[in-house]
Amino acid sequence: MTDIRYLAPRTLDEAVGAFAAAAGAARILAGGTDLLVQMKAGTVSPGLIVDIKKIAEMTTIEETADGGFCIGAAVSGAVLGEHPRFGKVWPGVLEAVNLIGSTQVQGRATAGGNLCNGSPAGDSVPAMIAAGAIVTVQGPKGRRQMSVEAVPAGPGRTNFAPGEILVAFTLPPRPKGSGDAYLRMIPRTEMDIAVVGCGVSLTLEKGICTAARVALGAVAPTVLLVEAAAKALVGTKLDAADLDTAAAACSASCRPIDDKRGTIAYRTKVAGVLLKRTAAIAADRAGKV
Amino acid sequence: MNEHSNKWIGQRTIRPDGADKVTGRAAFGADTTMPGMIWGKVLRSPHAHARIRSIDTSKAESLPGVKAVVTARDIVNFTTDKPFILGIQDMRWMCRNVMAREKVLFHGHPVAAVAAATEEIAAEACKMISVEYEVLPWVIEIEDAIKPDAPILHEFNKLDGKPSNITGKLEHKLGDIAAGFAQAEVIVERSFKTRPVHQGYIEPHACLVSVASDDKTTIWSSSQGQFMVRAMTALLTGLTQSDIRAIPAEIGGGFGGKTIVYLEPLATMLSKKSGRPVKMVMSREEVMRASGPTSGSSSTVKIGATKDGRIVAAHGIYYLQAGALPGSPIRGAAGCSFAPYDIPNVLSQGFDVVSNRSKVVAYRAPGAPIGAYAVECVMDELAVALKMDPLELRLKNAAKQGTKAAHGPVYPRIGFVETLEAARAHPHYKAPLGKHHGRGVASGFWFNAGGESSAQVNITEDGNVVVMTGHPDIGGSRAAIANIAAELIGIDYKSVSVLIGDTATIGYSNMTGGSRVLFASAMVVTQSAEKVITILRARAAKIWNIDPDAVTWEDGAARPAGDNAGKFAPLTLAEIAAKATETGGPIGAGVQLNTTGAEGGFATHICDVEVDVDLGIVRVLRYTAFQDVGKAVHPSYVEGQMQGGVAQGIGWALNEEYIYNRNGQVDNAGFLDYRMPVCSDLPMLDAVMIEIPNPKHPQGVRGVGEVPLVPVMAAIANAIHDALGIRFYSLPMSPPKVLEALDLPRAAE
Ligand SMILES: Cc1cc2nc3c(=O)[nH]c(=O)nc-3n(C[C@H](O)[C@H](O)[C@H](O)COP(=O)(O)OP(=O)(O)OC[C@H]3O[C@@H](n4cnc5c(N)ncnc54)[C@H](O)[C@@H]3O)c2cc1C
Repeated sequence: MTDIRYLAPRTLDEAVGAFAAAAGAARILAGGTDLLVQMKAGTVSPGLIVDIKKIAEMTTIEETADGGFCIGAAVSGAVLGEHPRFGKVWPGVLEAVNLIGSTQVQGRATAGGNLCNGSPAGDSVPAMIAAGAIVTVQGPKGRRQMSVEAVPAGPGRTNFAPGEILVAFTLPPRPKGSGDAYLRMIPRTEMDIAVVGCGVSLTLEKGICTAARVALGAVAPTVLLVEAAAKALVGTKLDAADLDTAAAACSASCRPIDDKRGTIAYRTKVAGVLLKRTAAIAADRAGKV
Repeated sequence: MNEHSNKWIGQRTIRPDGADKVTGRAAFGADTTMPGMIWGKVLRSPHAHARIRSIDTSKAESLPGVKAVVTARDIVNFTTDKPFILGIQDMRWMCRNVMAREKVLFHGHPVAAVAAATEEIAAEACKMISVEYEVLPWVIEIEDAIKPDAPILHEFNKLDGKPSNITGKLEHKLGDIAAGFAQAEVIVERSFKTRPVHQGYIEPHACLVSVASDDKTTIWSSSQGQFMVRAMTALLTGLTQSDIRAIPAEIGGGFGGKTIVYLEPLATMLSKKSGRPVKMVMSREEVMRASGPTSGSSSTVKIGATKDGRIVAAHGIYYLQAGALPGSPIRGAAGCSFAPYDIPNVLSQGFDVVSNRSKVVAYRAPGAPIGAYAVECVMDELAVALKMDPLELRLKNAAKQGTKAAHGPVYPRIGFVETLEAARAHPHYKAPLGKHHGRGVASGFWFNAGGESSAQVNITEDGNVVVMTGHPDIGGSRAAIANIAAELIGIDYKSVSVLIGDTATIGYSNMTGGSRVLFASAMVVTQSAEKVITILRARAAKIWNIDPDAVTWEDGAARPAGDNAGKFAPLTLAEIAAKATETGGPIGAGVQLNTTGAEGGFATHICDVEVDVDLGIVRVLRYTAFQDVGKAVHPSYVEGQMQGGVAQGIGWALNEEYIYNRNGQVDNAGFLDYRMPVCSDLPMLDAVMIEIPNPKHPQGVRGVGEVPLVPVMAAIANAIHDALGIRFYSLPMSPPKVLEALDLPRAAE
């Protein structure tokens, strides 16, 4: 019964202005595949909706001169999937983004919404963290950058300051011999929510892992960057014993809950299993022979 | 029926309702609207168990836009001391299920309903109703509900003189099990648990009800029986049945879950009070919290055999959850579980247990899958213990014509042995298996049902045929009925139009349930068509001025026979129809029957699984269902029933379950966390139809819709055992449970 105002500004400044002025009563609308569901369920009831899909900067994918990528926060999974180069450079990030929902959901859902929704089970988040992605945010006090892992504050919460909007993700250039991957455990084969998600990005030089980042979803209140697991991989040939050590580090980092989606014991064990499987795919993509 | 003359029976004709369904024209429960229509919403209990001290609706009633509020005071009270049976339901429990009376008995139990100008106002008004509750201790699981100190739901229900949550018992007995087990050389006894699962129909409950000032009432709703809707609504509102016209909408799935009313009596009272048509539509969450499901269970099965594999005794004990009000399908569990086998000594016992959950309602072969899961898993262990092939063990003990079943009948010609033989001979049974793969088999039985049906067959003036029956079509019955009518009258399938009447336009017809619809409607349609043919012959005789007995009906035309053969050119249906007025008036006939002779259905399934041993995920790789289908009047819809039943069983076996939180509330009331299978979870489900015609039916029809769910959970459990060497004694066999079991022996090493 309460009235909802809807704005679809053409510029970021307008969007930030309206969003900040509404002081907490407003919500940003990207694809709406979380927001509209939550509004329908009555868990959120914003007085103002600021749709960001008409802002050019937020709907473009740019390959930077150094070989990195800049992805607008309102780019849908389907559009990202159609980019001629992105999936070749970041197959793990793309597969994570494309895992969200179904074909219909892909037409709307964004990686930005996935991150800002604050779910520890969001599929694209571990892959973005493993990729070392940086986000640009803009608020009433101007622009700043932060790492993706610094964004989630807890289930449903972010570390954005009041009035701040996520503008874009920046992914760094890829050294030769790099690969990334994302796997999730779901009881079904699709249309399900991750019980555990695992993102791995690594670089190989002559068969030795020279750099790695590992992230886990749905095993703690926020998506985790697991530095101990990455450390266990760097300097190794990713042999079974090395993967076991990294898997153990993953399991050790878990702080899950027992809930309707999985038990503590299950999630803890599966985090290690997924690390091994994900690392193997990333290594394969990096050119491991 | 002459097998060789079949032109339409057995054909995969295009279903009459198909075009409307794929183009979105079909009108389901929520699709009807009326001028002046308002919206109804239900206020539901926030507690699992509480006494209602008072309900104050005055604030809600004064909210602008609110047109009516109803509570239990507006619903007819069937007092708890006198049973009032309607079909398989007791109106004492129905009146308390549609609206909480003395107590709320589960989280989500309706307490009041509001009708208002918009859905939003109705929802707002619900929040303004103040209910004073005395919160009571609650109980969810069977083990807890049958403890001596358990919170009691219904003080008036006594067992051995003491208040109890055990609200019903049933026993089937054959021979003497003590003597039987004394002869046994191998005995396997195991206990099993299953979780409640929801029917999972895609269409939520919905209705539109309009009560005029003279009480003439029209109900549009999605249900498995418009006559059930009429009868229950009449009883619960005090209206007479003749004042109610219940119009069946197209139905988006029922699987047993739409065999009782939830919204119709509330919408009727809201409409009566407000003078406006009232529409009500449940959300998915309401469907999950307060409709369905089928029972969770706790069973123990013991089977004894001699060393040569002859089963000499069997004992089954099945505790089934009824939900908050009595009435679980113990008859299906206790009656069907041993029914496939010829066993001299059987004791099969069912116990009905209430707890603070939503009331259970029928789900595809109600109770039978629960019993079969336990029995067929024990059969598998018995086969291992006897070092026998599991199909051989079943063949050795299979029920046949003349077998006396513990639940009563002596079987006529049945096709159980044929399902086992077909399974044994099928390439699937011998196909190689890979690593962490396993194969399981299981069998199952369902009673099937006959009962009341009505049909009317009318010839249109232009010589086409309109058939009217009284059962909502859930599984393609209109197409099958059209096949039969075209066959009997000898006309093109396209000349037959099959409609489902409402309660004012067709005679009483029992529900679409018990796998009865085609069995029963084929009988009344056949008899009606035969009457119509008799009339058509008489009309031709009149035109020719010869004796009606000298006229035959063949290929859709009257032909002179005997001495008159060849004397007149045949008269087609269209020609006779054109002369109907001169020859005696409109042509049509109707038949109403209480049909009997629906003999049981049997099935045997083979299932292959693959287990991801690091994640505990079980995937079904291959599945073949063998079933005695009597006569497949429309093979596509028989196969569809078989595949649908198997798909639901796979969900039940692997992931589906109601999860309760610490406050006695369902924690997964939606399709995200109540995990029914999605298409990509399933392989192609192969259906092998075995046609052993039912001798008691004109087309040989047996019910086919329910038995395909019965063997599935055991077939999968047995396949998992084959893959891993681990037996699971509870459902669902979900990844955490499977992985935990896989870790146990390793931890012990
Ligand atoms: C059927 C279905 C299936 C799904 N399956 C999956 C799945 O498999 N995996 C998965 O991870 N998720 C899944 N989801 C959830 C959802 O689709 C994803 O989280 C999606 O990425 C959200 O993106 P969106 O653009 O639709 O976000 P929106 O709904 O538009 O926004 C989500 C939240 O983020 C905020 N927000 C959005 N953009 C910004 C911004 N630029 N700055 C600040 N705040 C912002 C919004 O205000 C809102 O609170 C599913 C949802 C549905 C309906």
